Amino acid sequence: MFALVDANNFYVSCHRAFDPSLKGKPVVVLSNNDGCCVARSNEVKALGVKMGTPWFQLYDLAKQHGIIALSSNYCLYGDVSLRFMRILAQFSPVQEVYSIDECFLDFTGFNYIDMTGYGQTIRQRVLQWLGLPVCVGIGPSKTLAKLSNYVAKKREQHQGVFDYSRLSQQEQDELVSSIEVGEVWGIGRRLSERLARQGIETVKDLRDADTKTLRRQFSVVVERTVLELRGVSCLDLEEVAQAKKEIVSSRSFGKLVVKLDDLQQAVASYTSRAAEKLRRQHSVAGALQVFLQTNPHKTGELQYHPNILIPLIEPTADTGLLVSHAMRGLKRIYKPGYRYQKAGVMLMDLSGAKTSQPDLFSHVSTQDRQKSQRRMETLDHINRKMGRGTLRLAAEGFQHTWKVRTDYPSPCYTTRWAELPIAYAK
Amino acid sequence: MNASLSTFIRKPGRAASLANVVVLGQADPTAKRLRLSLFLSRISAGFPSPADDYVESRLSLDEHFVQRPEATFFLRVQGDSMVGAGIHDGDLLIVDKSLEPRHGSIVIAEVHGELTVKKLYRKNGEIALLAENPAYRPIPVNEESQLVIWGVVTEVVHTLR
Repeated sequence: MFALVDANNFYVSCHRAFDPSLKGKPVVVLSNNDGCCVARSNEVKALGVKMGTPWFQLYDLAKQHGIIALSSNYCLYGDVSLRFMRILAQFSPVQEVYSIDECFLDFTGFNYIDMTGYGQTIRQRVLQWLGLPVCVGIGPSKTLAKLSNYVAKKREQHQGVFDYSRLSQQEQDELVSSIEVGEVWGIGRRLSERLARQGIETVKDLRDADTKTLRRQFSVVVERTVLELRGVSCLDLEEVAQAKKEIVSSRSFGKLVVKLDDLQQAVASYTSRAAEKLRRQHSVAGALQVFLQTNPHKTGELQYHPNILIPLIEPTADTGLLVSHAMRGLKRIYKPGYRYQKAGVMLMDLSGAKTSQPDLFSHVSTQDRQKSQRRMETLDHINRKMGRGTLRLAAEGFQHTWKVRTDYPSPCYTTRWAELPIAYAK
Repeated sequence: MNASLSTFIRKPGRAASLANVVVLGQADPTAKRLRLSLFLSRISAGFPSPADDYVESRLSLDEHFVQRPEATFFLRVQGDSMVGAGIHDGDLLIVDKSLEPRHGSIVIAEVHGELTVKKLYRKNGEIALLAENPAYRPIPVNEESQLVIWGVVTEVVHTLR
């Protein structure tokens, strides 16, 4: 048996937990550079604002309804998420942190207790300890736990907790025939369109479809989903996060950038950041991609979206090497005369640092390799201790005129002494 | 600024530019630094310290003042309505949200969209938020359901310098 605990409108709720004046008001949280909505309070959802709507398209609606916009505040979300996961760890010996605001718990052997009541205890505790509203979905497979979470969230009569395993066969049938197939975990928009063409529109249609046919027409993943919907657990909890297959570091600029100089600084710092992540998971990269983008929303402007892939002869995690490759790539794709909105790098073809194969004809000696490794260890150590970016390459520059724009900042309530919440004594 | 220096440290929270670069210090090979070690006897030639067997880990304020780290938050006081409870303007409050507020608890309550520090009065069906300063009036609470207690204050840190 599994439970999925998922925070409601997580980013918005984090802000509300420390700023009660936001309660009951329409609030959106904007992506990096205040680009588009990445979280909406229920009041905003009720206005019909879709996820990912660009903020500039909402100016009029915001004025009309008093929508409050907030720039994203990742130091706050990160700390609240950490606390959230630690609280959940009290409720089961096995947990899988699925995302910043979602966590699976293993409820195997919990059948003798009232799981709905247990779910309510979880909700109550997270709400009291963190001020965070959450929903709990319970089911015999991860897919059903996720579906139950959807039900707990959308249908208020369940008060935030829904246990699929308590339903009779008939109740199960009624429920799954009332939900569209696109709500099932792992069934994306494109897949649900393809399924609809086969006459599979509701969750029930999918659950009762022939697995062999689906496997032939789609994939073994879809077949597995069907089995999970039937209550056969095929997916175990992943307690240790899998090492990433690729690492992307990209940002939109605070304002459009034209000069190669500025792009170089930005790409150098994104590469450093990606290299840091790469080393944290003890991997090396075998290839690197650099990309640039102009602003697609500026319809009158010349558009240019180039990218370049640079295969590395010898996989590496050395910031200096990766940055110099990225600079080479950037120079190749950069064209003057465009106004760039975004740049980024992707580290690909990742493998374990311990198991990676050096090149037979490489001119890099073992000694050099060891030196590079020590240099990176020192770099990471200093930056961990003194704060990110304390020690960095000169290529990353000092001015950073392209830096992220945050027009609606909020305090890092829990991670900075200077920004603690105020307790008024008046 | 010493021109030969190549190590800079950025002040946290500021954009880096040469204007706010802080010199870490000169790398002086003759400089001595005091190192305190947990074990008292490091000289192998000497006698072992009789205290070695009694070395314990250092005292941690975190451990002492924070029972439930997940539910504990720090807040900064603004105002003087609680001076009678030893809570002054600028003090640091340690607040545990996991605790149940009782009659007489110093609490953080949500009042008009703000976090407010008050003393909870809850007796004989009567509820109010009291100040600890005669210059301030109590805030009556008509219904318990209208009162949102954010957390319970467990400690006050008052800086003396």
